[in-house]
Amino acid sequence: MPAPLSNSLAGVRAELAAQVALAARQQQALRLIGGGTQAALARADAGQPLDLTVLNGVIAYEPSELVITAGAGTPLARIEAVLAEQQQMLPFEPALADGRATVGGAVAAQRGGPRRWMAGATRDFILGLRLIDGLGRELGFGGQVIKNVAGFDVSRLQAGAWGSLGVITEVSFKVLPCPQAETTLQFQIGQAEALLQVNIWAGQPLPLSAVSWDQGCLRVRLSGVPAALASACRLLGGQALDAVDAQQHWHSLRERTHPFFDGAGTLWRLSVKPTAPVLELPGAVLWEWGGGQRWLRTEAPATLVRAQAVQAGGHAMLVQGGEAGTPVFHPLAPAVRALHQRIKLAVDPGQILNPGTPDFL
Amino acid sequence: MGHNDHSAIHAVGHADDAMLVEALRAVLPADAVLIDEQARRPYESDGLSAYRQMPRVVVLPANEAQVQAVLQVCHRLQVPLVARGHGTGLSGGAMPDQRGVLMSLAKLNRILDIDPLARTARVQPGVRNLAISEAVASHGLYYAPDPSSQIACSIGGNVAENSGGVHCLKYGLTVHNLVRVRALTIDGLVFDAGAEGPDAAGFDLLALLTGSEGLLAVVTEVTVRLLPRPRTVQALLASFDDVEKAGQAVANIIAAGIIPAGLEMMDGPATRAAEAFVHANYPVDAEALLICESDGTAEEVEDEAARMRAVLEAAGATEIRYARDEAERLKFWAGRKAAFPAVGRMAPDYYCIDGTIPRRTLGAVLNWMYGRAGELGVQVVNVFHAGDGNLHPLLLFDAAKPGDFERTEILANEILAKCVEVGGTITGEHGVGVEKIDAMCVQFNSDELSIFLGVKAAFDPAGLLNPGKAVPALHRCAELGRMHVHNGQLPHPELPRF
Repeated sequence: MPAPLSNSLAGVRAELAAQVALAARQQQALRLIGGGTQAALARADAGQPLDLTVLNGVIAYEPSELVITAGAGTPLARIEAVLAEQQQMLPFEPALADGRATVGGAVAAQRGGPRRWMAGATRDFILGLRLIDGLGRELGFGGQVIKNVAGFDVSRLQAGAWGSLGVITEVSFKVLPCPQAETTLQFQIGQAEALLQVNIWAGQPLPLSAVSWDQGCLRVRLSGVPAALASACRLLGGQALDAVDAQQHWHSLRERTHPFFDGAGTLWRLSVKPTAPVLELPGAVLWEWGGGQRWLRTEAPATLVRAQAVQAGGHAMLVQGGEAGTPVFHPLAPAVRALHQRIKLAVDPGQILNPGTPDFL
Repeated sequence: MGHNDHSAIHAVGHADDAMLVEALRAVLPADAVLIDEQARRPYESDGLSAYRQMPRVVVLPANEAQVQAVLQVCHRLQVPLVARGHGTGLSGGAMPDQRGVLMSLAKLNRILDIDPLARTARVQPGVRNLAISEAVASHGLYYAPDPSSQIACSIGGNVAENSGGVHCLKYGLTVHNLVRVRALTIDGLVFDAGAEGPDAAGFDLLALLTGSEGLLAVVTEVTVRLLPRPRTVQALLASFDDVEKAGQAVANIIAAGIIPAGLEMMDGPATRAAEAFVHANYPVDAEALLICESDGTAEEVEDEAARMRAVLEAAGATEIRYARDEAERLKFWAGRKAAFPAVGRMAPDYYCIDGTIPRRTLGAVLNWMYGRAGELGVQVVNVFHAGDGNLHPLLLFDAAKPGDFERTEILANEILAKCVEVGGTITGEHGVGVEKIDAMCVQFNSDELSIFLGVKAAFDPAGLLNPGKAVPALHRCAELGRMHVHNGQLPHPELPRF
């Protein structure tokens, strides 16, 4: 049987909605706070804090429906534990941050780990959610079923909106069975060759689930039934990584505790076309997701980094450091920015939710 | 700011016909502006032909510049515009507006770029769904979403409807298989939604546009994600003497940690109709039939098929068959794919419904439906995507018989309300269009609808794009509520009224 469920969070939700409604009437800005793991990126220090960790609890979980519904303040670690009892998982492998990362935060910041490469992003597993709009109204979008095309997809729109389009109070995620087995292979190979090789493999029906490259070392994780892994290993070659080392490696990427992320200095996250060539920028690189997510430590000027990202079919986010005044999020073209602002006003007419975040608005 | 206060989504077209035609002819070749009644006639409906409307003008732009020019004309003259792909939709989403322009994107039908290494294809919106898979087959790739109309339907229409198909439990809907779209707002702004990287700068406009039924923007380019074609595919056919047992088997397969590539169910009447039509060698004494498909590497398929078989046996299947070869597998599917036309032979008319329910309620909802159908004297046949809980009840009727359609409509509305009641939705994959616009008032309250209207206004403040579809104006739901009171059927009678 699934783990015991919390009582409905309806009372807590209503209380929060009343707080937002009051703030709206008083034109008081609110700063939405979950586990606080992304505080450095959500540069909104303005506003009265609204603590959402009170929305803590699994509301419904039906393993045969592949759906879990939980309050936005529920720690992802708790979700993971509940799912693991039924050999299920959140396929996008979000960071757990020692139990601090929350359901709402994973949606708002669209955090995904190594498995995001093949399994899909947070947004791909959102079936529905409840939110409080900028007027303090409690609303529900999407649902608990896999197929649902009624109304605009306001649920997925929340992914990566950093709380600017509503206070997420409850989320229903599609979940998947855990793979039966996993194996990691390691290859000593240069960056350009690794980008090509990984994308060739990705075009073949192989049980790939994660990939990373740094300092001349490519690591590939395979997930699935043991017999399929064995035959894929024979095909790919390389050297099998010890199970404990492998687990530690993927964990360190998922949680960004890998030595690459240690220390001060400027850190960029580039989301680019996976097959884009090696970036022509000075500094150290670590990439995941087949080359689609490239971490860059460089003191190169922001404009240069962002121009390279655009040339590579993507955008760049300043995760850490950088010159004062550099936007965190990739700036939008003026007409597109105006469209974003109009969408923001549709759900938060008084602009009280997380003002200033994300800074592309 | 007044952004949440859009009482109506309708635009008023006040340009006269001559002015409109002249403005369109100024930006399009002569043969791309259709005004003759005979030429406009084929565009009066989509696949849901019960809803028809003649447009004032039909335009056939051939490139993005022409699409932009048409949008700008409509914007300048404040004339409604309905964009259309190949017209296979089943909810009247592409039904024209009598005051407006119907824009067919059929001429934008080129595959612009195939990138086998990045596993993407960039195509124009009028390209057929299946044509993409055909074009990339030599690279060992395919485009996964496969709506039953995939031979004919356009990828632009798939984006508008967020189309599904028989394989979406494992491979997702259209929204999961898009990389980027290029789109234009009604005032002619060209923008990208999505990106070639894993995510895009800004809000997830790609998710917002997908399934927006042509209300927010017009798409001129679609970049889709391609997948490696699985090496091996196996299908099982399982018979049951009871729909409830079959429904339970579906839930048990998923609970056992199996995500089948396809998991379809046909009830007894559907099985017998399909068998009589295409001779798929189905067991005609079964009360429910499941087609379970597994794909992947040979090892994955062998493992999964064996586990599915064990679950089906434990759930009480009376017979389980493996497809012995590819020919037999295709035969299993031939019956399923022919089920709609086969049912079409059973009565002069049928009404196809599209609701989604949680899988665990399958058996109970089906039995409830048979009961209500019996009471109302309506014959109902079920063929559907069981793995997704996406029902497609077919209600048989004879439009020539007085009262027949009315009874059918009552049952149809009750079925949709039942879907919402058990935790599901009024549309799994066909969209709202004009058909389910009133059912939206059941699924969403006025605050939620006001958000949809606000988002609509952010893209299209004058409400020119596809007016009257997908999102009901608030007064429409209010009137519907009053109408129900008038009939003595208060919505939500369990609620206290003051």
